Amino acid sequence: MTAITADVGDNTRRLVEAKRRQDLIFGVVGIFVLVVVMGLLMTLVADLLIDGLGRITPEFLTSFPSRRAANAGVLSAWVGTTLVMIVTAAIAVPLGVGAGLYLEEYAAKNVLTDAIEINVSNLAGVPSIIYGLLALGFFVYALDMGQTILVGGLVLSLLILPIVIVATREAVRAIPSALRESAYGIGANRWQVMWSYILPSARPGILTGAIVGLSRAIGETAPIITIGALTYIAFLPPAPISAEPPFINFEWLNSPFTVMPIQMFNWTSRPQADFHVNAAATGVLLLAMTLMMNGFAIYLRYRLRRTVRT
Amino acid sequence: MTAEAQISEYQALRNSAFLRRGRILAAVMQAVLFACAAVSVLITAAIVWVLVSESLPFFRQVPLWDFLTDTEWTPAFTEAHYGILPLLTATFWAAGIAMLVATPLGLILSVYLSEFANPSVREALKPVLEMLAAVPTVVFGYFALLFLTPLAKQFIPGLSGFNLLVPGFVMGLMILPYVVSISEDAMRAVPMALREGAFAIGMSRMQMAFQVVIPGAFSGVTAAYLLGFSRAVGETMVVAIAAGQNPNLTGDPREGAATITAYIVQMSLGDLPHGSLVYSTIFAAGLVLFGITLIFNLMGFFLRRKFREAY
Amino acid sequence: MNETLHITSPAVTTPPPTPSDVSIRARVSELNFWYGKFQALHSVSMPIQDNKVTAIIGPSGCGKSTLLRCFNRIHDLYPGARYEGAIELMPDGLNLVSRSVDPILVRLMVGMVFQKPNPFPKSIYENVAAGLYVRGIRNRSEVDGRVEHALKQAAIWEEVQDRLKKPAYELSGGQQQRLCIARALAPEPKLLLLDEPTSALDPIATAKIESLIADLANDVTVVIVTHNMGQAARISDQTAFMHLGKLVEYGETEQIFTNPTVDQTRDYITGRFG
Repeated sequence: MTAITADVGDNTRRLVEAKRRQDLIFGVVGIFVLVVVMGLLMTLVADLLIDGLGRITPEFLTSFPSRRAANAGVLSAWVGTTLVMIVTAAIAVPLGVGAGLYLEEYAAKNVLTDAIEINVSNLAGVPSIIYGLLALGFFVYALDMGQTILVGGLVLSLLILPIVIVATREAVRAIPSALRESAYGIGANRWQVMWSYILPSARPGILTGAIVGLSRAIGETAPIITIGALTYIAFLPPAPISAEPPFINFEWLNSPFTVMPIQMFNWTSRPQADFHVNAAATGVLLLAMTLMMNGFAIYLRYRLRRTVRT
Repeated sequence: MTAEAQISEYQALRNSAFLRRGRILAAVMQAVLFACAAVSVLITAAIVWVLVSESLPFFRQVPLWDFLTDTEWTPAFTEAHYGILPLLTATFWAAGIAMLVATPLGLILSVYLSEFANPSVREALKPVLEMLAAVPTVVFGYFALLFLTPLAKQFIPGLSGFNLLVPGFVMGLMILPYVVSISEDAMRAVPMALREGAFAIGMSRMQMAFQVVIPGAFSGVTAAYLLGFSRAVGETMVVAIAAGQNPNLTGDPREGAATITAYIVQMSLGDLPHGSLVYSTIFAAGLVLFGITLIFNLMGFFLRRKFREAY
Repeated sequence: MNETLHITSPAVTTPPPTPSDVSIRARVSELNFWYGKFQALHSVSMPIQDNKVTAIIGPSGCGKSTLLRCFNRIHDLYPGARYEGAIELMPDGLNLVSRSVDPILVRLMVGMVFQKPNPFPKSIYENVAAGLYVRGIRNRSEVDGRVEHALKQAAIWEEVQDRLKKPAYELSGGQQQRLCIARALAPEPKLLLLDEPTSALDPIATAKIESLIADLANDVTVVIVTHNMGQAARISDQTAFMHLGKLVEYGETEQIFTNPTVDQTRDYITGRFG
């Protein structure tokens, strides 16, 4: 009897050991892969910082691009980025939130709604350069709008529209039906329920999604190149605010422009090493902007989630 | 309340100006919101219209056979060739290498995050992937051309300054967060009961992950990689910067070659008179690109939907 | 001694004819209701007496909540809801479930309190005032007055009068539910519907709410769904017993609980099933 049990015991023990070893090995492999990926990411950041951090001076931030690398700066680029982002946000957020609200609250479950959903999902996967081609053929030429900040903002807002739509839908979906029932219960109509109850509750999620979308738009290069934004812009668009009436004008919307990622692309493509330093500096600035925005979105999501519900 | 007052309470509410204004506003807003949703359909329609109408001149002048079989793409030359093959092969080389990198790494990471890592580890590691996803593609391009390629040249003989290997590798890293996120969602949706059954018959965690969870999440995981491939095919800046802009039909990824996306960028940087044949080439290339990504996107979408319904 | 008629087979009973001096606030007439293909209510008919508390009791799934939710058309929020028959609001006989009657307007006339307290994520004052704003009543002094009156009716005024601007979430579960009652009362509805209002609360909070319901009946007609028979016996004037979507018996609460006519009612009340 003891011989048999000892035999079984040995085999089982060996099997258990083997399985434990398997799991341990895989755990190590998993961590190893994570470390490798993290390492690559950190190498990227370090490389950028080493190459470019020293180049970031007040002069760099306030100079126009130049044929001499030492004199070149990103002034037109970051002003262009800021203005284009304003247009992008102003278009993408209302449009995306409106579409998301409609799909979640109003649309009946029929073929048309299904088609819209498939469509939004496909748009999320359309390469950004195709949006650029769309803008080139449609806005720049068919509508004759030219290669302007307005068109740049339009193409980027179309690009991030699916992000805002999905964020809105998920935020609305997370709202408990108790809120909806009690809002309708006091006699509110559909729009009142939407505006006074659903939207305020969904705001944190929507805001987070919008910020994530905008941080993606900041880094987008291909569509802006395609619409013909020039890479060498040595002037600023007309200021929106002036001292004389009508005080606020919109001429800047019709101005040619450039953006930070294009500037970085342009300098990276030059053979001279001095321009590469400029490119790295621009990259550091870009990275700082996108990481800050993403970090802010995550922070917002965390904080607002606490105040809305107990 | 008197009987007369009660009788007309409903009528009074019905006739109330305030409430009627509310009803009108509700109807108007419904139409506005519908318009917003309809815009997304219009966008797709506009994309298709632009791509088709602007590439029509090209297809009228260039025979389809030449387009599909010619081995050179040189629209700007006096003796121009219009074969899409060089651009296609470069695109698939780069995307293929990206998948070679992203698939094993992605599987290991998603299995690890979903089945092995404890919650605090997972919470600490998610931000790393989110940071990776936040890096602009032009920054990846810089990294590929000016850091990785010189480094790789020391290990890979015959690697030229512009090549498909390094950007392919970098693209694999770029799509990693996307692929891991979708796979992990799919794996987490597999019910605990299946896992418990696996443990009950004595499987190790690794066996359970690969023999139970991954098959159970199969359509979701496949969707993740299909969508990742679509992303890699559509990626522009990394290849435009690091793979060069010279259309080149090659079987050797150590050489540089222009992808579809790099070609479009290159042309856009130059002079493109509206309506010229060269102008329409970028739309023809774009049409092909759109078609490829559409197929993969739809496959991924329907696989994901099928997966969600199963659970 | 009364000879009681024992009806052994549960049937759709017509309610006993009410004496002519009793005022009816609403009458349910041959009401049928479907969720898609499933018929949840079968030919329900019963009166709701004015300024009284009517309780609807029955085992799980008998359709009591479904019946209650017909009164304010809250079913319309979900696809596949279909009504047949009538709920006539007296004295003009307006059919609340008719397709030609606007559900939004119905909800302006009928108030509801739900099972789990669900105040809005706003201040206490704004919760109660919400129903008034929706009707266009914005005059500051009028709203103040009606908010105070509603909070007093819900027996919570003393506890919150000093912190009306504080968020409603800071209140305890029982307080939140009383706040929800005040919210439903502020617009002075014709009917107040209570859907198992105390089932999520502790006994002390339950007792507070039960005691205020009796007082409420002076101002508004109350219909309450409850799975707690003791509660129905304690606070209601009339009781309806439902089973499998049918009305089995309706009558004065005292009669139902001491001398039910239908065997099935007796079985439920004595705990034989349910």
